[in-house]
Amino acid sequence: MTLGPANPETLSVLDRPNSYIGKVVPRPNLDRLMQGRGLYVSDMELPRMGHVVFLRSPHAHAKIASIDVAAARRVTGVIAIVTGEELAPVITPWVGILSHLKGLKSAPQRAIAIDRVCWQGEAIAAIVATSRAVAEDAAELISVEYEELDPVTDMRTALDPQTPVIHPSLGDNLAFERNLDAGAVDAAFAGSDEVVEAEFVFGRHTGVTLEPRSVVADWNAAEARLTIYQGTQAPHMVQNIAALHLGLEDSQVRVICKDVGGSFGIKVHIYADEMATYALSKLLRRPIKFVADRVESFNTDIHARDHRCKGRIGVKRDGTIMAFEIDDLTGIGPYSMYPRTSAIEANQVVNLVGGPYVTKNYRARARVVFQNKNVMCQYRAVGHPIACSVTEGLVDLAASRIGMDPVEIRRRNLIADDAYPCASPSGLRFEKLSHHAAMNKLVAMMDYEVLRAEQAALRKKNIHRGIGIASFIEVTNPSAAFYGVGGARISSQDGVAVRLDATGSVTCQTSITEQGQGSESLTAQIVGSVLGVSMARVRVILGDTDNTPYGGGTWASRGAGIGGEAALQAAKILRKNVLDVAAAILQASPAELDIVNDVVVNADDGSPRIELRELARIVYFRPDTLPPGIQPELMATRHFVPREYPFAFTNGVQASWLEVDTDTGFVKLLRHWVVEDCGTIINPQLVDEQIRGGVVQGLGAALFEKCIYDERGQLTNANMADYLVPMSGEMPDIDVGHVVSPTAETELGAKGAGEAGTAGAAAAVTNAVNDALRPFGAIITEIPLTPQVILAALKRI
Amino acid sequence: MTAPTLISLDVNGERVDAQVLPRLNLADFLRDHLALTGTHVGCEHGVCGACTVRVNGDIVRSCLMLAVQTHGASVETIEGLSDSGEIADLQAAFRDRNALQCGFCTPGMLIAAQDLLERQAAPDRTLIREHLSGNYCRCTGYHAIIDAVEATARARTGRKS
Repeated sequence: MTLGPANPETLSVLDRPNSYIGKVVPRPNLDRLMQGRGLYVSDMELPRMGHVVFLRSPHAHAKIASIDVAAARRVTGVIAIVTGEELAPVITPWVGILSHLKGLKSAPQRAIAIDRVCWQGEAIAAIVATSRAVAEDAAELISVEYEELDPVTDMRTALDPQTPVIHPSLGDNLAFERNLDAGAVDAAFAGSDEVVEAEFVFGRHTGVTLEPRSVVADWNAAEARLTIYQGTQAPHMVQNIAALHLGLEDSQVRVICKDVGGSFGIKVHIYADEMATYALSKLLRRPIKFVADRVESFNTDIHARDHRCKGRIGVKRDGTIMAFEIDDLTGIGPYSMYPRTSAIEANQVVNLVGGPYVTKNYRARARVVFQNKNVMCQYRAVGHPIACSVTEGLVDLAASRIGMDPVEIRRRNLIADDAYPCASPSGLRFEKLSHHAAMNKLVAMMDYEVLRAEQAALRKKNIHRGIGIASFIEVTNPSAAFYGVGGARISSQDGVAVRLDATGSVTCQTSITEQGQGSESLTAQIVGSVLGVSMARVRVILGDTDNTPYGGGTWASRGAGIGGEAALQAAKILRKNVLDVAAAILQASPAELDIVNDVVVNADDGSPRIELRELARIVYFRPDTLPPGIQPELMATRHFVPREYPFAFTNGVQASWLEVDTDTGFVKLLRHWVVEDCGTIINPQLVDEQIRGGVVQGLGAALFEKCIYDERGQLTNANMADYLVPMSGEMPDIDVGHVVSPTAETELGAKGAGEAGTAGAAAAVTNAVNDALRPFGAIITEIPLTPQVILAALKRI
Repeated sequence: MTAPTLISLDVNGERVDAQVLPRLNLADFLRDHLALTGTHVGCEHGVCGACTVRVNGDIVRSCLMLAVQTHGASVETIEGLSDSGEIADLQAAFRDRNALQCGFCTPGMLIAAQDLLERQAAPDRTLIREHLSGNYCRCTGYHAIIDAVEATARARTGRKS
């Protein structure tokens, strides 16, 4: 055992003996999930529970002329059939806007449509029955007369004068526009030796969480209280919004979040069918369960990334990047989502393009338009994959034009590692990034020169392999600047309460949530390390608005950086309180004592003085034996929110090594490397697995995933056989390396790591495919890179 | 063909008699009738693998099999495989390697991996990837899962030799 230092209070928790920080420790409670004994919302049953099925519009845009539910009502087991008009008195409509996104507009959205449907999949009636099967039987007996309206589907013509306006009260189909002009862009392009342009096209895709969205709402009429069991990333947000629209106080709504079968941003929004389920429970005075089926998931889970972005880069022959310019267009469906809005992704694209590079010359326009397709909103790495693909695609095109190696052009333009703090042309403030250190590490990990030689040798044998590089920055630890300043009641601070229990174990309540990232583990690691308590004795409670401090939850790579710091600060207070009591009991000074392995010890020689369990026994059961005037406080609560930097930026670089079959158009991924810098690493294994999982989500976008709509606004591949996701057979091994630049804004120093993988994966793959196809003169700036896209670029079809 | 039908089967070593509608699939039967909720429903059309169980020793998609088809059969779910200790080493490898995040795919993934390990003592990574390619995991990116299965195969081979 390492002995404690002379004065532990002057050392950070990172240096304490037996610290769990930076160590691989298994996540607590995995056995529950591995034995099939977790509790996902879809597993839940409550007495008198009704199951709701939503009848959904088959049309993208139509008037509802009539709904006849008489036959359906007669089905045995049907509890109620509720239309939008019947539900309206119970729940008010909402509008997804934020005041800091100037000009953003949207129309009121209802839990169940009234008179008109605006996308294929919008609910027009709720069928509540004793089982889902009975409800589905009844749904088939409802007859609806629609009068079809012209759908707006193509984002490129959504703003044309002859295109119908989806919401006449808004005047046009433009939801949001942002323009930015920084530096001297025209002069920079005029002074460039080469200017390269391209249009980048991104497929609309979606999260495909393995557990569909699920909710059980239980209105107890006698208590006048609603309990919502939901797989959500933000319980307090759900509590606040449910209360607001049901006419309740927050205290009348409890949100409980047990195990969640994947989220990735899909489960951080407020969906109409979930709002309808809360309202149905209140209306029918019984528990109501909604579990989306897979077709509903594809038609109603938020989509993302449907962007067309024209990009332009100016470069000198020596590789100096002179300027970036983009014109981004995205279609978000008929409504801006609530409450985070659907303008954030385009806004992020404007913020992030060119972010890793020195040039100050940057012009951007982003337009966000309405269309009659499913809603789009924030999904893992919001905007990052677009911005990274555009930026890194342009940088590679520029390198190719001037005949420079892709690594070299980046080295000549990435912000120097000693240039911080500094700011981007779009106003992002960078505290400390490490682009060059990350690039150096990546090049070493992948053996870049050897790989280039191998590529050249294989080309002679008509084997076409490519290397793609993508540097990136990632937004993490968002302050109130993300949502709060725009008026959204989404907390950016988090709280943690830590309590020493009567047997010397520790209970810790945190407002961050767990969906598999390891929130529970990192909280226990931090609390155990600071307190000197073994992790096995720390129990973490999350996901319950009745039983945790108020906070934001887990999204935008904020859990470790914000919730982790709150845990650290709370544990420090509890540690001090414990040592004060120990000193009183032992007639010592607190400074002479430390806590190591669940025992209060002498700080200087580590000899044991009193076990925590004994201290707790005295405090709770024999306080009469304590010296007079001592009132122990064995529970401590602290909250944290970043104040100095609106966001903690991380950075990294990815590389893809792949082979393109030029006869079939198939891409075989051979290897993928990532070096990222998320600051202090609490658990290396958890960070690596966040990166790997994120990369594979990006690889899915790069190669397979696309929601294919026809011109009538019909989603034609709303199932997992036709919408392709990455499976193990096609995925490569992924090597992950790190550079560590802790943020000085917290004692913990952790930034986020949840989205870095997704941010750069597609850009690396696209650059690698273009690298492989270089001998053919084909350049592709569209994802997914399906065989069809590749063969078309090769002019083989 | 719409009236409830009596079926008798063996589920995790216990005899079960039940009246079921012919249209009821095995996944819903296990989850809703027997409260064996470790069998997960992801896509309900046989693509995602979350509902993988063993029927008479073979792995099947329980969303593609009707409950009435299991009359007289022996069905094993993740609860049974866990309690018998049959996959304890595989589960330990998943835990040590953090080969699960949200855990929703994990029961099906474990059962599919165990199926491979029973057939192939020393599968290489390519074979492991191929065998698990019908089980969708959105969280891990698969690398850790492949590591865990590979480590289990190695440990089991080591024990035998």
